Amino acid sequence: MSGLIIDSDACRGCGICIKSCSYEALEMKDKKAQVNENCVLCGMCIESCPFDAIKIEKEKTNGIELEDYKDIWVFIEQNDGEIEPVSYELLSKARELSKERNCSVNALLLGEDISKEADKLFAYGANKVYISEYEILKDNLEEIYVEFLDKVVLDYKPEIFLFGATNFGRSIAPRIAARVKTGLTADCTILEIDEESGLLNQTRPAFGGNLMAQIVCPEHRPQMATVRPGVMEAVKKETNTKEVINIDMPSIKEPSIKILENIIEKKAESISDAEIIVSVGRGIGSQKNLALVERLAELLGGKVGVSRPLVDVGWADQKNQIGQTGSIVAPKLLVTFGISGAIQHLAGISGAETIISINTDKDAAIFTVANYKVVGDCVEILKSMISKLEKKCEKEQVV
Amino acid sequence: MKIVVCVKQVPSTNEVRLDPETNTIIRDGKQSVINPFDTYALEEAIRIKEKIQGEVIALSMGIPAAEKILRDAVSVGADSGMLLSDRSFAGADTLATAYTLSLGVKKISEVDLILCGKMAVDGDTAQIGPELAENLKIPHITNVSEIIEINDSEIICRTITETGKRLVKTKTPVLLTVLKDINMPRLPSIDGVINSLDAPVAVENAESLGANKSYIGLSGSPTQVVKTYIPERKNESIEIKGDSETKSEKINSVIKEVI
Ligand SMILES: Cc1cc2nc3c(=O)[nH]c(=O)nc-3n(C[C@H](O)[C@H](O)[C@H](O)COP(=O)(O)OP(=O)(O)OC[C@H]3O[C@@H](n4cnc5c(N)ncnc54)[C@H](O)[C@@H]3O)c2cc1C
Ligand SMILES: Nc1ncnc2c1ncn2[C@@H]1O[C@H](COP(=O)(O)O)[C@@H](O)[C@H]1O
Repeated sequence: MSGLIIDSDACRGCGICIKSCSYEALEMKDKKAQVNENCVLCGMCIESCPFDAIKIEKEKTNGIELEDYKDIWVFIEQNDGEIEPVSYELLSKARELSKERNCSVNALLLGEDISKEADKLFAYGANKVYISEYEILKDNLEEIYVEFLDKVVLDYKPEIFLFGATNFGRSIAPRIAARVKTGLTADCTILEIDEESGLLNQTRPAFGGNLMAQIVCPEHRPQMATVRPGVMEAVKKETNTKEVINIDMPSIKEPSIKILENIIEKKAESISDAEIIVSVGRGIGSQKNLALVERLAELLGGKVGVSRPLVDVGWADQKNQIGQTGSIVAPKLLVTFGISGAIQHLAGISGAETIISINTDKDAAIFTVANYKVVGDCVEILKSMISKLEKKCEKEQVV
Repeated sequence: MKIVVCVKQVPSTNEVRLDPETNTIIRDGKQSVINPFDTYALEEAIRIKEKIQGEVIALSMGIPAAEKILRDAVSVGADSGMLLSDRSFAGADTLATAYTLSLGVKKISEVDLILCGKMAVDGDTAQIGPELAENLKIPHITNVSEIIEINDSEIICRTITETGKRLVKTKTPVLLTVLKDINMPRLPSIDGVINSLDAPVAVENAESLGANKSYIGLSGSPTQVVKTYIPERKNESIEIKGDSETKSEKINSVIKEVI
């Protein structure tokens, strides 16, 4: 049986692994670490052991022919006939990976009247574009798409299959992975080919981004991953082979989910393009202090951004939220007040040019990305900054 | 209507800190709670039960201690719980977890509706819902923000898409993953807590579920974690020191330079 193995000869009984375990699955018996039934095989202890005494052993069970699978496929997502930017990002990444695998990059383009988009896919690195155009593919309906993708995997046997981690991508990719019984790594931020094994190394944040996990899928194919939009760079680079291949629709029964209404919303006026942003988090303490932040933003000619807790409690609007589940911003100047710098928040500000951060906690994670670190009370500093700026304004007006 | 809510036990915080001396991971608050996103699924199930009658079963795959969160589920209104627990389930990735959960759903039998949270805060994959639906060969809808109409055979709900919103109609059985916007979970009542103490919580293992050994736990998991690490965040920042007045003076001058 598979399991966590502790080599009792190598174990020195230091107890570090016990501290590293969040499941209280390790205990000390006779000065040696021992595993109990709480173990979920998360592997945290393996990294922690200074003596390499812990490992996970796994039975081999799978018998598929890995050599039959080749090429990197990218699922191209369209919404209302427009291609999601993440699809281009994936193609660029796939091209990079294909050099190491010495294989073709194949784009799978499904939709209604969509073939005109194929050229753009070549421009971002596709060698072949597989197209299917049917009215029923217009609306992204899981039931239809899964039948289609199942057929693609059966007929073409991709070695690697990439999806954007959009709402739709994160809905169909797991479904197809479960259908063909392969692994799927969610929301990856790094993809590389392992030099030795040739496997796809998929790295993703876990525990809200506080931990990075590197994952492989050694014995199942395709190796599937969804990739977070905005993380990889879309690079234009024409390929010289340009092959378009049409694929037929598999027979599909009437979908059981019916769309009654489809509302396309205008992108809310966002803070994404702001040059100057004053952002604020839970450290602001109370709602009335938000007026200070607004005033400062006004004085600087900038916009107000917030961390998620302020949206959750209703102090601020979702459209002002910065981060993984909010807007990605890239201002020239970002001043943060009372934001701890959780990874989901940092995910939204990596494009900021200059960051000034104010926080009472000298070890706050936000300081790991800030250009200027200010340890102090944000309300006090806000008030003082505002009064100085106001005085300056007055003076300028007098002159 | 028979409703299964999938709930996962997660550490009560997802902070991960490094012990500077031993260079190991310390996670404070090992105490475990229901995955926050699942509390919305649970609340929605209870609301449906209150509206059109039915039975709510909380289902979890986890270590024996996860029984606690199933009792927590009963304390807010679920009728019973089922815990799938076996050492051979350990190390399951989403594919193996979804397979195992599907055996639980089949054991419960004649289920009309399955509700999952949008995602678990620890694994954070949002994959279990669709994978479970595939194992059960039923349709699924992700990101449901509102259930507008529901009866024993049909559901009309709103979902969030990449470009906006959608109103969709579906027949049961179906699996939905729900967003936080869908409701405001209630707190347990005193009666609920008392009820939960001796509420029926069935514990099933690999054998009682008739699990195929090669589809469960580590052996049934195509993905393998090669390594985990704390993301490195190296950065040289310039510290602005002094009293508040000095600090704000200096901040203002930096700002002036930048813009
Ligand atoms: C799936 C998921 C997605 C998420 N997406 C996002 C997202 O898109 N955006 C986002 O922001 N968050 C997101 N979060 C939440 C994120 O994990 C953090 O909880 C959040 O960013 C913390 O916000 P905060 O920094 O305002 O609050 P806290 O973490 O509570 O930090 C408050 C900070 O203020 C400081 N402070 C306290 N008092 C003062 C004072 N008087 N003066 C100065 N400083 C003070 C404290 O030292 C602390 O560092 C997400 C979480 C999950 C699980
Ligand atoms: N071990 C588990 N037991 C029960 N439900 C689970 C389990 N893991 C995940 N789920 C359900 O699947 C949803 C998505 O989880 P995940 O795919 O891990 O992000 C969760 O919100 C739960 O509803």
